[in-house]
Amino acid sequence: MNIHEFQAKRILKNYGIPVPEGDVASNPEKAKKIAMKIGGNSFVVKAQIHAGGRGKAGGIKIAHSPDEVYQIAKSMIGKKLVTHQTGPEGKLVKKVLVEKGVKAKKEYYLGVVIDRSKEKVCIIASPEGGVEIEEVAEKNPNLIMTEYIDTFLGISDYKARKLAKFLGIPAENIVKNLVRMFFELDCSLCEINPLVETEDGKILALDAKINFDDNALFRHKEIAQLYDPSQEDPRDVKAKKIGISYVGLDGNIGCLVNGAGLAMATMDEILLAGGKPANFLDVGGGASLEQVRSAFSILISDKRVKTIFVNIFGGIMKCDIVATALVQAAKEMEIKVPIVVRLEGTNVELGKKILAESGLNIITANDMREGAKLAVEKAKEFEQEAKNKRGKKKETYV
Amino acid sequence: MAILVGKDTKVIIQGITGKNGSFHAKISKDYGTKVVGGITPGKGGQNVDGIPVFNSCEEAISELGKIDAACIFVPAPFAPDSIIEAADSGIPLIVVITEGIPTIDFMKAKEYATRKGSRIIGPNCPGIIVPGECRIGIMPPYIFKRGIVGIVSRSGTLTYEAVWQTTKEGLGQSTCVGIGGDPIVGTKFVEVLEMFEKDPETKLIILIGEIGGNAEEEAADFIKNKMTKPVVAFIAGRTAPAGKRMGHAGAIIMGRAGRWQDKVEKLKSAGVYIAESPSEIGKLAKEVAQKHNLI
Repeated sequence: MNIHEFQAKRILKNYGIPVPEGDVASNPEKAKKIAMKIGGNSFVVKAQIHAGGRGKAGGIKIAHSPDEVYQIAKSMIGKKLVTHQTGPEGKLVKKVLVEKGVKAKKEYYLGVVIDRSKEKVCIIASPEGGVEIEEVAEKNPNLIMTEYIDTFLGISDYKARKLAKFLGIPAENIVKNLVRMFFELDCSLCEINPLVETEDGKILALDAKINFDDNALFRHKEIAQLYDPSQEDPRDVKAKKIGISYVGLDGNIGCLVNGAGLAMATMDEILLAGGKPANFLDVGGGASLEQVRSAFSILISDKRVKTIFVNIFGGIMKCDIVATALVQAAKEMEIKVPIVVRLEGTNVELGKKILAESGLNIITANDMREGAKLAVEKAKEFEQEAKNKRGKKKETYV
Repeated sequence: MAILVGKDTKVIIQGITGKNGSFHAKISKDYGTKVVGGITPGKGGQNVDGIPVFNSCEEAISELGKIDAACIFVPAPFAPDSIIEAADSGIPLIVVITEGIPTIDFMKAKEYATRKGSRIIGPNCPGIIVPGECRIGIMPPYIFKRGIVGIVSRSGTLTYEAVWQTTKEGLGQSTCVGIGGDPIVGTKFVEVLEMFEKDPETKLIILIGEIGGNAEEEAADFIKNKMTKPVVAFIAGRTAPAGKRMGHAGAIIMGRAGRWQDKVEKLKSAGVYIAESPSEIGKLAKEVAQKHNLI
């Protein structure tokens, strides 16, 4: 799970990592008040969205008076900000972070991640901050130091000293606290980029990004509350509520699949058949009838979807559950688009029987490739028919 | 021969009284697997389809003697503890079906179990099967046929896909291992490939990977340097957008790491036969088997 920069900075502050003086505002009046409270004549106004690349996209601006802060906040709040990470639709700015302007002498990088290959948490430090760490790794690998953290012991003092020495700043405690935070809050990524040394000798986290392990949110209720649906595709938000795994895409074939691997492979197969998926959807193994029915409702109500392709290879998930859910969803909501179904695995005969007896107009496929081909064909036909209908309407007006 | 398990493997099911635990314990038993007991704390003395239930691994072992493998269906918040319990009881193979275990919890459980000499398969996996002998996990039995292909996969349902296709092509399987879809897994591709290389019954290997991490790249290095048997691979996620987690906790492209094209190129350069479409896995395996005079 992602959180906003202002939320990440509050967490860092709680862990004893200094951040610039500032606060968050959801309207320009509040932004101005924050600036007046901070005082001085140098402020930074930062749009709060779940994406990087804000600086270049005009989402971070410098102001010299509380009135200017007001103007900038007014121009940002309620608008969508498009950066190279948001996609062309951009992300809605609901809040801005107003901070005291900081004069940085030098920028550094600190990050904590899980090294999947070494199966350890590791901390990465570089005296080359303010740019993407991948870029530094490519151009100047000697400017990066990586230390692995013992899973049971946590970070040793000597490693923190070593990293601080490599950076050349008194950052031992920041390093130790960041690692402690990573373990205690079940993070999957913490990045301070840049960490700066100010002209008056302070060390501050100027920007911060924290991601959390979704699987551990059950024991971090206070973090789970930081979830911000305004930063997500509305279809993803609905799927999250139901508790299924879903990623909205921009094609026109709605997929309902069990298993993440098969769901990805189904998307790949649709592409090879000349079509484009409208989504990734893995109903998972343990989904209830109710969850599968709700999953169907997401596809049915998605206007992009011109054909639904159900691809099930039952293991824990049983084919009869999927079939029953589809029949129930079809009774509750009108399904206008064609449905292609491929069933295999646990309770497949029972599933096929339920579909056959339902009276629904379902196109059955014997395997995934046939299913994908049929789905692509049906989607094209459906779009063509819709076009023809629109065409006819126009004629009658003439 | 096969790898990891066989007809004499004595199995207990941790979390046997749950919905999935009881459903699959019965299927495994009917399949011929020696499911000798189940564990659910507080429910000792009951039975599930004739399988005795115990309160702890310790109790089960004192009653049943040495146990060869444990299969865990326990919910995610409690599954790491079940792994540690099984490892403390000296159970050498621990198959974890549970999805959604926090990564740091699993890192700890794995390190602990490894120290105790136990091997973990999974988590978030469909288990392991030696067709006709032993089924530990949730795989649908009717799709399997004993034969020459060893299958190792990060995805459950794609394993079934490969199994079904190789069965229809008449090749059959020696052993199928689902290693799981989490960022960190108990047993990696390389370890299973090493076992398949040594197993005389396995003539050909199918590897099913997906975007995220670099387990496929590690496998490619191993195949290039250490393997003589032919390998067919399919990598899922060609169309997956970067930065999005595709269902599996481990299936995510982060920055430039974990991309589909890098995995496929690396495998290709190691001499691996790549199935472009998931529907072609079986057909390609058959062609490769013919080319190498394996059938």
